Amino acid sequence: MGAAKQALRATLSEGPEVSMADNGPDQASPVRQAAAGLKVLPIVEGLVLIVALILPLFLQDYLTVFATRVIILALFALSFDLVWGYAGIMSFGQALFFGSAGYGVALLARDLNITSILLVLPAGTLIGLTTSLLLGGFLLLGRHPSSVIFVALGTLTGSYAADRLARGWYYLGGQNGIPSIPPMSLGSYDLTEGPVYYYFALGILAIVYLLCRFLVRSQFGLALAGLRENEQRIAFFGYKVQHLKAIVFAVGGTIAGLAGSLYAFHEGFVWPNMLGVVISTQVVLYVLFGGSGTLIGAVIGAVIIEGVSFWLSDNYREIWPIILGVLLLLVILFRPLGLISFVLGERERVGSFGAARKEKRNAAP
Amino acid sequence: MPLLEATDIGKVFGKLTALDGAALTVGDNEFHGLIGPNGSGKSTLMKCVAGAEMPTRGKVSFVNRDITALSPTERARAGMSLKFQITSVLPTLTLYDNILLALQAQSSLFDLVFSRTRGVLHDHVMMMLSQFRLADRAHDAAAALSHGQQQWLEIAMALAGKPRLLLLDEPTGGMSLEERRVTGELLQPIKQHCSLVIVEHDLDFIRDICDRLTVLDQGRVLASGTVAEIQANRNVQEIYLRRA
Repeated sequence: MGAAKQALRATLSEGPEVSMADNGPDQASPVRQAAAGLKVLPIVEGLVLIVALILPLFLQDYLTVFATRVIILALFALSFDLVWGYAGIMSFGQALFFGSAGYGVALLARDLNITSILLVLPAGTLIGLTTSLLLGGFLLLGRHPSSVIFVALGTLTGSYAADRLARGWYYLGGQNGIPSIPPMSLGSYDLTEGPVYYYFALGILAIVYLLCRFLVRSQFGLALAGLRENEQRIAFFGYKVQHLKAIVFAVGGTIAGLAGSLYAFHEGFVWPNMLGVVISTQVVLYVLFGGSGTLIGAVIGAVIIEGVSFWLSDNYREIWPIILGVLLLLVILFRPLGLISFVLGERERVGSFGAARKEKRNAAP
Repeated sequence: MPLLEATDIGKVFGKLTALDGAALTVGDNEFHGLIGPNGSGKSTLMKCVAGAEMPTRGKVSFVNRDITALSPTERARAGMSLKFQITSVLPTLTLYDNILLALQAQSSLFDLVFSRTRGVLHDHVMMMLSQFRLADRAHDAAAALSHGQQQWLEIAMALAGKPRLLLLDEPTGGMSLEERRVTGELLQPIKQHCSLVIVEHDLDFIRDICDRLTVLDQGRVLASGTVAEIQANRNVQEIYLRRA
């Protein structure tokens, strides 16, 4: 035995640098070039922002109202993207938080006459946070990690049950929901649908987008990347996997709540569908279509799906849902990473979390 | 008190008894090999120690603490680290981020959200990468590495959190002879601060780097002792070490 060890040491000291790279520098360089090369994401983000900023200048009033609705739905899509695209939690009931907040603020406005932006938006956000904490706590915080299918069915059931509950509850207006919600106000100013509401919603979308961007590029974002790639592995590093999931789920619920309250006041009424499976599925489609795991993908998905449905329903009154369905299928079959993957490479989509920035900082001075 | 002491471990899967009173004792700074024929329960014992499987009976204590009922996360936080048999580096992340992910596991939520430990951990990440000769590929995706290099990256990740005990399940599986030799070389320095349990088929490899061995057969301990003692043990010799 001792001899064997000595022999080992001897061979080790003889051979200083062992060639271990099966992939020589030639094979590695494209990856490196891609990492060091042009970033596509900021360009796409910038373009989308510019288009969104100048859009109302070219739109008729009724189209501005439509565009505002799309902006709010894009905000809602962000919430699902965070939960599914970044943390790998299959939430099929995201509308539960969207609709609960919508109903909550509608009741505040109807029964208590509270319409101040400074009260209703925080209230809606809080409702989203609370419901998602409750549901997330129940679905995700068990002794053992919950399976994807358990979470998917749990959230789906939650959303469906809420829809049924709202339909049968007289206080919530039953099938008809709550109509004629007064507009949000700031002092004596009423925020009604139109360009002002559009820019207001766009501002909120931009702020939430930047916050999400900050979050997913932080070290927390790295933990999320580990979570969605290999949950068991990172548990063995000492990550509290269930806690991570519950936190992201709650953040997603919070954003959905904010979107729901904006939506309720923009439309001027809430109805049971807003809680239900249809909207929950719709938001899944936005994100899959645009590209999950990229924030801008969620926004683009919402904009394109809503835009195309709008145009199709205008021009092909009878068959537009079929055309839309086929279109969605094609993208999901041939571009599983969504439309964004036409311009965005895998490496940039996943991103880097530590080194690149550090080196950039060092190189700057 | 030894660092790790697993006593009378039993594990039953349905009708199959994988472990029947197996035991494992590992001291500080000791490299301990776990050997035995296929189906002898090596990997199962390893999993029971790591918390990937819960034993049906028996007790596992680690650093003077009963950890039998603790989850893998809690064991990791107590200073135990596991390298899986199947390579499970995160292929889409860069090597750098793979190591950072392992290192930051114990950072608080606040530190993670505001990336407060990113700067502090940088030197440590680069040190781990150079220790395993991967520094020049820090910014490549882990998927671009060769199989052997992925195994090294995985060992580096398992070591990143400065564990007291590292469990390696077949670290040289699928490696070339040369890569095996280098793996042995890479593991030697960690003895200063860490004990090691290795499950491995390559007996030469085990003999070269381990201090003590435990031989399992049909879920029980056949023999346990220093490498010399095990080599001298007639039963073991006949069955396992003849070819070596």
